[in-house]
Amino acid sequence: MSASAKDVAADMVTIEIDGQEVLAPKGSMIIEAADKIGVSIPRFCYHRKLSIAANCRMCLVDVEKAPKPLPACATPVMDGMKVFTDSRRSKDAQRGVMEFLLINHPLDCPICDQGGECELQDVALQYGRSVSRFTERKRVVADENVGSLVATEMTRCIHCTRCVRFLDEVAGTNELGGMGRGERTQIGTWIGRSIDSEVSGNIIDLCPVGALTNKPFRFQARAWELRARSGIGSHDALGSNLFWHTRRNRILRIVPRDNDDINEAWLSDRDRYSHTGLEADDRATSPLLRDGDEWVATDWDSALQKAAEIMQTAGSDLATLVSPRTSCEEMVQLGAIVDGLGSTNIDHRLRQTDFADDAEQPIVPTFGASLDAVEQADVIVLVGSHLRHEMPLVATRVRKAARGGASVVIINPVDYTFHFPVADKTIASPRGMLKALTAKSSAAAKALKGAERAVVIAGEMIQTSPIGSALRAAVRQLASSNGASLCQIPVGANAVGAHALGMLPQRKAGGDAREAGKTALQMLSKAQKGWLLYNFEPSVDSAVGQSAVDTLKQGPVVYIGAYASDEVRSFADVILPIAEWGEADMSQLNCLGHLQSIAAAVSPQGEARAGWKVLRRLGDQLGLSTTAVDNVQALTLQAAELIERASSVDAPEAPAAKKPSGDAPALERVCEVPIYAGDVMLRRSPALQQTSHATDGYCGLSPKDAAAAKVADGDVIQVSVGQHSTQLAVVIDEQLPQGAVRVPTATAGTSCLPNSDEGVEIQKVAQ
Amino acid sequence: MAQTSNNALLDKKTLKKIDHWVSKFPPERKRSALIQALMAAQEQNGGWLSNELMDAVAEYLEIPNAWAYEVASFYSMFDTEPVGRHKISVCDNISCMLCGADKIVAHVERKLGIKKGQTTADGRITLIAEEECLAGCIGAPMMIVDGHYHEKLTTEKVDQIIDGLE
Repeated sequence: MSASAKDVAADMVTIEIDGQEVLAPKGSMIIEAADKIGVSIPRFCYHRKLSIAANCRMCLVDVEKAPKPLPACATPVMDGMKVFTDSRRSKDAQRGVMEFLLINHPLDCPICDQGGECELQDVALQYGRSVSRFTERKRVVADENVGSLVATEMTRCIHCTRCVRFLDEVAGTNELGGMGRGERTQIGTWIGRSIDSEVSGNIIDLCPVGALTNKPFRFQARAWELRARSGIGSHDALGSNLFWHTRRNRILRIVPRDNDDINEAWLSDRDRYSHTGLEADDRATSPLLRDGDEWVATDWDSALQKAAEIMQTAGSDLATLVSPRTSCEEMVQLGAIVDGLGSTNIDHRLRQTDFADDAEQPIVPTFGASLDAVEQADVIVLVGSHLRHEMPLVATRVRKAARGGASVVIINPVDYTFHFPVADKTIASPRGMLKALTAKSSAAAKALKGAERAVVIAGEMIQTSPIGSALRAAVRQLASSNGASLCQIPVGANAVGAHALGMLPQRKAGGDAREAGKTALQMLSKAQKGWLLYNFEPSVDSAVGQSAVDTLKQGPVVYIGAYASDEVRSFADVILPIAEWGEADMSQLNCLGHLQSIAAAVSPQGEARAGWKVLRRLGDQLGLSTTAVDNVQALTLQAAELIERASSVDAPEAPAAKKPSGDAPALERVCEVPIYAGDVMLRRSPALQQTSHATDGYCGLSPKDAAAAKVADGDVIQVSVGQHSTQLAVVIDEQLPQGAVRVPTATAGTSCLPNSDEGVEIQKVAQ
Repeated sequence: MAQTSNNALLDKKTLKKIDHWVSKFPPERKRSALIQALMAAQEQNGGWLSNELMDAVAEYLEIPNAWAYEVASFYSMFDTEPVGRHKISVCDNISCMLCGADKIVAHVERKLGIKKGQTTADGRITLIAEEECLAGCIGAPMMIVDGHYHEKLTTEKVDQIIDGLE
C-alpha cells in the first residue's frame, strides 16, 4: 500500500471509495473525498459552501462494517474506511429516498424553468421508478411574492433548506425559514415579505429544484438552448466571475462562475440582474448627429469626422471624462488619443470632490490584502463604508471573518445595518469621523494595536467626500502606523485600471507623474473648449450633479456611450454608440490586482461597435498612429504592460495629517450612491429598479436635527447645497448622528444637489 | 431606516418569565429560551401569538424573527391565529387511537358543532387541529384542556368536562 502511515501527514487519513484510495483531511466528510476524485454521489441539501444539514438523505452510501447506509455528507472519514457508492445497498437506499422525495413533487417539468438543469430531474432519471406507487393526492403550497428578482413555485420545494441556510449563514438576513412541521412544512417568509438581501439571487442557483427561479428570466428559454460564455461583473471592482447565458445574440441571464479568490460560488444581485438594462429604449444603436434641436441618425464616417473636428479644434484644451467602468483596452486607446492631442485634462474620478492629495495617492490602488486574508483577519476596521452596498461580496467575507471571531470596528457616518457582529462603532458626521480617526486612543487604534492580522477597509466615501484628502491621510496613517493592510474600495468597476492607465490628470499611463492637467471637478465647474465624454451621465454620475449639464451645453461635446439618454442629447453634438459589457472583448483590473480578460458574449446592438474600435477609427481621423491597432489582443497586452510598469513605480510617501480646509457646516451631507443607481446600466435595469433598494431620493435627518427644524417624517422640505436646491421628503432616521444629513446622490430627485463642502441647509416649506 | 421597537408589546410579567428562562442558558445561547419565551407571550395574549408578538420576542432575545416563526409554527401548543377562551387538544396518536380517540374527537366535534382546528361561534372553545402523543398513553384515550390532562375518557366524562368550562 502506498499510503503507509509515515508518508501521510498527521492530519490526513486514507480511505477507499469504490476501490480507489484517497487521502482526506481528518474530520472531513465522505462526500468531500468523493468529490475530490470525481466519484459522484447524488445530493440535494449538501453544498460545499454551506453548513451540513443532512436532511435530504439522498447521499446515503454503503460503508463497510456499518450496519446501515450512512449519509456521505455527514459521515466523517476514518482511516481505513471502505465506502461503496455503487453497491446494491447504496443504490437501494438512494432509490428509496428518491421515491419519497417524489411523493409530493409535482410532475410539471414541462412548464418548470428548472427543467433541463434540475438536480431532482437528473437524479430521478437515474434512480427513479418509471411508475409511481403512490396514488394519494400531492400536496400544494401557496406561493409567496418575494420581490422582483426571485420567482417562487413552492409546491416544487423538497425542503433541502439550502436557501434558508444561505440567507442565515452567508447573507445574514434570515429572511426565509422552515415553517410548520412534517408534511405541512413550508419554506417561506411567514409574513409575506420580499427578500431584500443584496445577494438574494444566489438562492436560485442553490435551489436544486424549480421552487426558486430567476424572475426576469422566467419562461424565456430552456437551459439547453443557452450558451454559457465566461464573463465578469461590471458594477463593482471585484470583477466577480460569472457566466453570461445567451441565446440568439441576447444575454438572457447571468449565473456565478466559481472563483474562490474572488466571488467564491456567489454573485451579487447587481451583477446578476443588471443585464436587463442592456435593452433599454434609449440604447444608442446608430451614430447620431445634432441638427439644431433635432438628432439625425447618420453613418459612422460623418459622425467620426464631426467628432474629430470638435476634438481637433479643442486640441490640448480638450476635456476628457471617462466612466470608471470603461475597459482597459478602451482606456489605452483613450490615453493615446488624449496624449496625441497634447492634452492632460483627463479624469475618471467623476464623483471625487477633494483632489488636494493627488500627488501622494497610491499609483495602482489595489487592496492591501487578499479576500482570504480579510476572512482570516483578527481585527477589521471599516471606515466610511456601506460595505454591503458598495461591495456585497467583500461584505460576506467580513461576515465570515466576524463569525470566525474577528472583531469588527466601525467608523461610519450612518449606523448602517450590517450582517455581522460589530465590536465597537463610532457613528459621526464626516468631520466627526475624522476626529475619531485621528484620536490617539480611539477604539480603532486600540483594536489594531493588539491585532496580528489587521485589515482596514475604507469605503467609497473616503474617496468622494469633500474632506476626502484629510480622511485619506488619516486612514492611511491609521493603517500604516498599526501594520494593518489597507483596502480602499475603488469607486467604479475599473477604477484601479484607470489609475494605472493614465485616466488621471497627474499621471501618464504606466504610472509616471506629469504636470497635472485639470481634474474632473475643475473641468466640470467651467465651460471648456471641447469635451470628450465616455459612457456616463454627468447629472447622476458626477459630483457636481445637474449643473454639469449646463456647463456642457456651453461647449461642443463628443459623447461616446452605450446609451443616448435625453440628458445626453441635451448637451452633446455627436453621439458615437459603443458596446456595453458582454458585447465586446474587454479586460478589467480588479481591486485585487487581477487583470481579467473576457470575450464578447453577444454582438453590440445595432450599429454600435466595441469601444476600442470606435476609438481606433477616431484616432485615424485625427491622424494618430498610436491608436492604429488591428486586434484587441494587442491592446490587452499593452494594458498589461502598462499596469505592470505602473505597479513597479515607487509609491509616493503617505501624506502627513491634514485638516479640512473649509469651516465645518452645521449640517454635513452624507452623499451615498444607492446600490442600484451607480451607473448607466444599473439605472436601466427594470428588475433592480423594482426592488426595495431603488429610491428617487430623500432627505434623511437624525431625530434631533428633525426636532430642531420642526419637521416630521414624510414632510416635504426645501434642501439646499450652495445655490442649488430642491424639495425632498424627510425620512427621520435613527441611524444618523446629529449634524449629518443623508441625501443620496445619483437619483432623479437629488441630481441637482452637488456633493460639496458647503453643507446642507434645510427649510420648511410653507404648505 | 428607522426601526420601530416591538418590545413595548411584552408586559412586565412576561418579560420576567423570559428573563427567568434566559438566565438558565449561557448568555450567547438566548435562542434556547425561545420556546418558553413564546409560551409566556402566548399566555399574555389570551392563548395565541400574533406576528408582532413573535417579532417582539425575537427582538428581545436578539435573534432573527424567522426563528420565532419557525418555532411557533412547528409546535402544536402554539397558535398563530386567535383562539377561544379554552383550548381542547385530543390526542389521536397510536395508543389513544387504539383505545377509541376517534370516537372522542367525533363526540367533541358533534357536541360543539365545530371541526378540528375551529373555534365555537361564541369564542368559548377551540378544538386544536392536531395533537401528537402527549405521553399519557397509560390513561388513553386522553386530552388536554387548558393545560390539564384528562385521562381514560368516555363520552360522559367529556361532556362533564366541557360543560364545566365557562
